[in-house]
Amino acid sequence: MDAVYQTEALIAEDIDAYLDVHQHKTMLRFITCGSVDDGKSTLIGRLLYDSKMIFEDQLAALESDSKKVGTQGQEIDFALLVDGLAAEREQGITIDVAYRFFNTEKRKFIVADCPGHEQYTRNMVTGASTADLAVILIDARKGVLVQTRRHSYLCQLIGIRNIVLAVNKMDLVDYDQARFDAIVAEYRAFAQSIGIESFTAMPISGFKGDNITTRSDNTPWYSGPTLIDHLETVEVLSSLDADKPFRLPVQWVNRPNLDFRGFSGLISTGSVKPGDTVRVLPSGKTSTVSRIVTLDGDLDEAVAGQSVTLTLADEIDCSRGDVIATADNPPQAADQFEATIVWMDDDAMLVGRSYWLKLGTQTVSVTVQQPKYTINVNTLEQLAAKTLELNAIGVAEIATDKPIVFEPYAQNRALGGFILIDKLTNRTVGAGMLHFSLRRAQNVHWQATDVTREVHADLKNQKAKVLWFTGLSGSGKSTIANEVEKTLSVMNRHTFLLDGDNVRHGLNRDLGFTEADRIENIRRVGEVAKLMADAGLIVLTAFISPFRAERDMVRQMLPEGEFVEIFVDTPLEVAEARDVKGLYKKARAGNLKNFTGIDSPYEPPENPDIRVNTVEMTPAEAAEFIIRQLMPLK
Amino acid sequence: MTRSLTHLERLEAEAIHIMREVVAQADKPVMLYSVGKDSAVMLHLARKAFYPSPPPFPLLHVDTTWKFKDMYALRDRMARESGMELLVYQNPEATERGINPFDHGPLHTDMWKTEGLKQALDLHGFDAAFGGARRDEEKSRAKERIFSFRTASHSWDPKNQRPELWNLYNARKNKGESIRVFPISNWTELDIWQYIQLNDVPIVPLYFAAVRPTFEWEGQMFMADDIDRLTKVLGRTPEITERSIRFRTLGCFPLTGAVESTASTLSEVIQETLLTTTSERQGRVIDKDAGGAGMEKKKQEGYF
Repeated sequence: MDAVYQTEALIAEDIDAYLDVHQHKTMLRFITCGSVDDGKSTLIGRLLYDSKMIFEDQLAALESDSKKVGTQGQEIDFALLVDGLAAEREQGITIDVAYRFFNTEKRKFIVADCPGHEQYTRNMVTGASTADLAVILIDARKGVLVQTRRHSYLCQLIGIRNIVLAVNKMDLVDYDQARFDAIVAEYRAFAQSIGIESFTAMPISGFKGDNITTRSDNTPWYSGPTLIDHLETVEVLSSLDADKPFRLPVQWVNRPNLDFRGFSGLISTGSVKPGDTVRVLPSGKTSTVSRIVTLDGDLDEAVAGQSVTLTLADEIDCSRGDVIATADNPPQAADQFEATIVWMDDDAMLVGRSYWLKLGTQTVSVTVQQPKYTINVNTLEQLAAKTLELNAIGVAEIATDKPIVFEPYAQNRALGGFILIDKLTNRTVGAGMLHFSLRRAQNVHWQATDVTREVHADLKNQKAKVLWFTGLSGSGKSTIANEVEKTLSVMNRHTFLLDGDNVRHGLNRDLGFTEADRIENIRRVGEVAKLMADAGLIVLTAFISPFRAERDMVRQMLPEGEFVEIFVDTPLEVAEARDVKGLYKKARAGNLKNFTGIDSPYEPPENPDIRVNTVEMTPAEAAEFIIRQLMPLK
Repeated sequence: MTRSLTHLERLEAEAIHIMREVVAQADKPVMLYSVGKDSAVMLHLARKAFYPSPPPFPLLHVDTTWKFKDMYALRDRMARESGMELLVYQNPEATERGINPFDHGPLHTDMWKTEGLKQALDLHGFDAAFGGARRDEEKSRAKERIFSFRTASHSWDPKNQRPELWNLYNARKNKGESIRVFPISNWTELDIWQYIQLNDVPIVPLYFAAVRPTFEWEGQMFMADDIDRLTKVLGRTPEITERSIRFRTLGCFPLTGAVESTASTLSEVIQETLLTTTSERQGRVIDKDAGGAGMEKKKQEGYF
């Protein structure tokens, strides 16, 4: 406790000297993890208490709460300081990551208290993603448990290189050295098997305070540092980022007037000085840094971790999502990768579904292939899997719709870590780490042709279009599309009609009606329609295409304005009453699974380009209405 | 080997990065500005983030009409100096019903601040609002994300927060939903004070001790900032005593308890703050409502 009192004396006697010390402190972010009752919250409460971060009024509230809902009898329950949400206080567990702050003489600390239960794996990964160090707690009575293994694996996966093995509750095993040594040996064997090269083990009691701030008399056999000593002196690996090559993902272009054009962002690695030659990715153009501009005057140098605004000597294209990098060692761009993905949403991942991928300041569309394998986080076995469920971790190939600037996660977290966002719900559904780009992305080049898509369309005296009819089975899509095509041919237009049933006889005969197969069905039809549009045709497609995400995916494939979504808005009762093919009857009888409108959803377009209704219009009237909307055709 | 950044440099860089992410992704952002010390730091960070442009969003002050006079003065000065538009919103229903802290208790905060904020955000159609909340202030805040989502009715669901990894913030939302963004989540009270000192950030003089008129009400000491108005609301002139006081936190003057103090410089204020034995928000009456879950409940209802 000496250090604490010295600090307090300094504050009282010479506040400016104290502030000077505090001003120059570095910061360490760490997480605590372990099984449910290993005492994480108690340990953090203890750290706050011992570093005087708890005020008298909080302490009074804590004492009264401890008696009311505490789990430590009449003694102070430190965990109550940390478990903030009402549901957690009632259930006595930690649901979400809580961030706490304390200072010692040498450092400022931000500690994330992560939940232990398996169903909160995503919360733990969240807490770990910003941590420099992990304290893995083990209950000395219980030893290495399944959760210890899972948490260690997740820390390793997210790239935390400083691991502290805190063997807690030593007071409950009479500070037995043999017990401690046995646990450390067991953990070491496991740690090596997952690639953790080193860790620091220490015997502690969060409840009693042994080896937290001062060396405990109860463990004379232990000669290592106390927990605080270690946290104060361990090297922060993120400080090594400054020695890597310079990378600045551009967040925002600063244009107050015509004379100033600055590029703002957080330097992810390396350092930069005015006069440095830089390259803008992915365009590859080079320039020289003119100024590093701040409100307090220009800087001579800026380093990793700083938010800056740069100006360049040349007027070159550069906008949000681009990366400014050192010219002689720039990162690469690619569009196909292998990655580890942690799934974080209640709805399982859909292979082939288009998600948003956010990496650095770049946001692109991405599809994920069937996982090569998933990892059982408890046994670390690799398992075959068709998809990723909530909290699953797997390795899969991903493909973006355009090249992104990247580096492997192990080299650069900012250019290798990404999140996946569902395009409809906007939820963050997954997080991932890039391993490497796939060779085929590098070797398959786009062949440029001289007769361009514009030439193809001009020869036909028309503009290429994809008229995408969507609606329930029996809504009249094929009938109306057929009418439209007949009229267009009379007008001497070059068209082609792709019909759902017809395509399933050939190109897509390997596909069924599961959600994943429906997505692949639409993807292939979209690609075929795109090729035909490249050839200058007006393409008509008649597919139920029940999901908004896939219709949007096709829209994204085509140049702006070429995709025309036509919603055949026939109510389910009407379509079912018609039941031209007898499918509704079969589906109602349970003889046809995954039938849209019955046991599989239909997501109607929110803003279709054209809407027709076969209750109020005949197919011929609907076709005429559509053609009028499409005019002029050239 | 290049030098390591200090903790304040890391916190500043993080806050600036967050502000730029919002501006790059949101349609219509706004900065909530309460004129307190945290707001002062937020405004300074915003000026740094976008310099030489002025911050590309307005300041919004959700006013209760019961703030200290010094706060109104600094508010108007800072808006002028930063070149930002200042929007002031007062809930018309609260004005009409004459809601005040003496007669209406918790309803005062609810009507002026919680309801006022929702109305102001809806009125202008802001889809992202910066707030100066810190995780060290209160237990439910310790668990809140930096990008915190609100439904169209402004409610917060603490059990269903988006995972927030590395420094990747997902700002996508459906129509009607909005985001509250907390760029100084990871700052402590000491960090705020030290940043103010190192950057000469202007703050309301009430944070420094001076001899001021005070009165006592329900066991706490308050400053008589507007004696005429106090007399009208209380139905009597309160007993005024001149004392050397300052404020640890600033809100409505009848709701913000003063402390006796002689700390008249920033160093002295910081010293007093560090040696003090009660937590910062104790001067405010708001957290004591509804037991331990007071703030969590307020936030679910839409309080910032």
